[in-house]
Amino acid sequence: MNETALLFNTALASGTTLALAALGLLVNERAGVLNLGAEGMMLVAAVAGFAMAFTTGSDVLGFVTAALAGAALAALFGILVIFLNTNQYATGLALSLFGYGLSAFLGVSMVGRTLSARENYEIPVLADLPFVGPAFFSHHPMVYVAIGLTIAIAWFLYRTRAGLLLRAIGENPEPAHALGYPVRLIRLAAVCVGGALCGLAGAYVSLVTAPLWVEGLTAGRGWIALALTVFATWRPARALLGAYLFGGVTVLQMNLQAGGVQISSHLLTMLPYIATILVLALISRNVAFIRLNMPASLGKPFRPGS
Amino acid sequence: MLRLEARALPSKAMTFASPLIALALTALVAAVILAGLGKDPLAGLRVIFLEPLSSRRQISEVLLKATPLIVIALGLAVCYRSNVWNIGAEGQFLLGCVGGGGMALWLMGQGIVLPRAVGVSLVLLAGMLGGMLWAAIVALLRDRFNANEILVSLMLVYVAQQCVNALVFGPWKDPQGFNMPQSAMFHSSLLLPPLLERTRLHVGFVMALVLSVAALLFMFRTFRGFQLQVGGLAPAAAAYAGFSARGALWLSLLLSGALAGLAGAMEVAGPVRQVTPYLSVGLGFTAIIVCFVGRLHPLGIVAAGVLLSLMLIGGELAQSRLGLPNAMASVLQGVLLLILLACDTFIEQRLRWSRPTGHTA
Repeated sequence: MNETALLFNTALASGTTLALAALGLLVNERAGVLNLGAEGMMLVAAVAGFAMAFTTGSDVLGFVTAALAGAALAALFGILVIFLNTNQYATGLALSLFGYGLSAFLGVSMVGRTLSARENYEIPVLADLPFVGPAFFSHHPMVYVAIGLTIAIAWFLYRTRAGLLLRAIGENPEPAHALGYPVRLIRLAAVCVGGALCGLAGAYVSLVTAPLWVEGLTAGRGWIALALTVFATWRPARALLGAYLFGGVTVLQMNLQAGGVQISSHLLTMLPYIATILVLALISRNVAFIRLNMPASLGKPFRPGS
Repeated sequence: MLRLEARALPSKAMTFASPLIALALTALVAAVILAGLGKDPLAGLRVIFLEPLSSRRQISEVLLKATPLIVIALGLAVCYRSNVWNIGAEGQFLLGCVGGGGMALWLMGQGIVLPRAVGVSLVLLAGMLGGMLWAAIVALLRDRFNANEILVSLMLVYVAQQCVNALVFGPWKDPQGFNMPQSAMFHSSLLLPPLLERTRLHVGFVMALVLSVAALLFMFRTFRGFQLQVGGLAPAAAAYAGFSARGALWLSLLLSGALAGLAGAMEVAGPVRQVTPYLSVGLGFTAIIVCFVGRLHPLGIVAAGVLLSLMLIGGELAQSRLGLPNAMASVLQGVLLLILLACDTFIEQRLRWSRPTGHTA
């Protein structure tokens, strides 16, 4: 495999976590709910998925468990903010802190255990092509799942009636409520979908990227995914591309470290976080642009009949 | 059917009752977890919530750990009251360790020996500057680039940790330290004087109490404090009155950064006595919980700081006495905050039993 193909390959592989999480968060943000608990959901899902895959030997079961764990935590968050009208910032933050503790608590017996490195799935014929084969068609199946989900979510949001309703609720829940739609249940469903996808993202880290469990394994990826939804101006395809770009930054940093470049490894480890801050500042600079694209009711509670 | 309806006025009683109810329910959750792990729930609760108060030494440890929590939470309360969501106090705390530690190491490197009062003051001031600088980045990016302060302040926590690592693995590594990634121990003239004989409790605890009174006066007895609160509660009203939103952003972030930095400097000039890569133990995040449990009120924060510190120490005791995972304490912290937020719902709303009467829009 030549160097550039390898770079593309690893950028896609490491960007997939961010893509899965950002896609999920994008769905619940499009419905008007901001869930700052992404990091906590990812951590709990990562340890749940790892434990399941480790004991059963089945990755599929691991990912399913992780998605369910993520959705369960998201449901807890959703009930609090949607039905009890708690502050979305504070509740999301609480979920992140709780998730960090819970994952550490549940994972005590899993620390130090590792899974064998996951095998890539080569798409027949395409994987044999020069350059593009190794770069794009030889990956863990979740990489293709993330791409498929991007298409599915974009289609759902822009080409279906239900997607239109979801976006309408994100802009302004009042008219949908007046038409008799169960606004709060729809929001809860969107939040659970967000949690399930964050769960897949967490399991991707513990089953594929790492593949092991340590406390705080996701290292802020949930927060980076939250920033990604802003960079992507809440659009699925842009979220995917943004995630790969960030995957590329992470890979570059690792390559530089491995290549023995004379920069402190600590400075290189900062790179993804600094890149997030810089891109966030650049994108947010245009206030009107952000306001135009942001779901108008994002973060605002909805109280029917008041 | 049962439904929530808005109260005409927020319930004062519920504002105070909510943390107590949340604490009781958290203890209940703890009992369930203990029972689930096959431990005696009552004995376990006694270890977590009462054992830390059983001796003079234990109490001094509780107050020692409460000190940074209170100091950080006071600054965060100003932020949250101004509706500025600084959640990166952990990073500002670390930069306080760097600032204070840097000052101490520089003084030692130059061979300057100052009277303790002067030396310690310099260390604490440098820590405050470090924390302020870190928070200023957040304020600048929010002010100039409209970048979300939640995400920026949180990202800076990871950057701060790497800054500490770069220093202690690099230029600050103690040449006599057997190649361990830690700085030299600070000279005794640079350490906070102890408050109680034969304990680690230092005068920082008294400073935390003084600061909480100062915060009380600032929030409720000064015009600037009033402006900040109006800006947080009703931004439109504040703008109409000509209160500067930018000023509030900068002031609240610089203030909370300085306090978090001070807490960091107190840690390195207090119990730790050197700069190590393991200074970040989540105090900056626990302080967020302290802030909410303390109702964003300086006196409440003192009580909540002691409570959360007690739970942290209780968690450590539960680990050594009962063999529980040490993450038990952070699970309970998260549970406490989640239940508290749920209970807070009933400050501004109440449950009403109403018969379905068709559509009432």
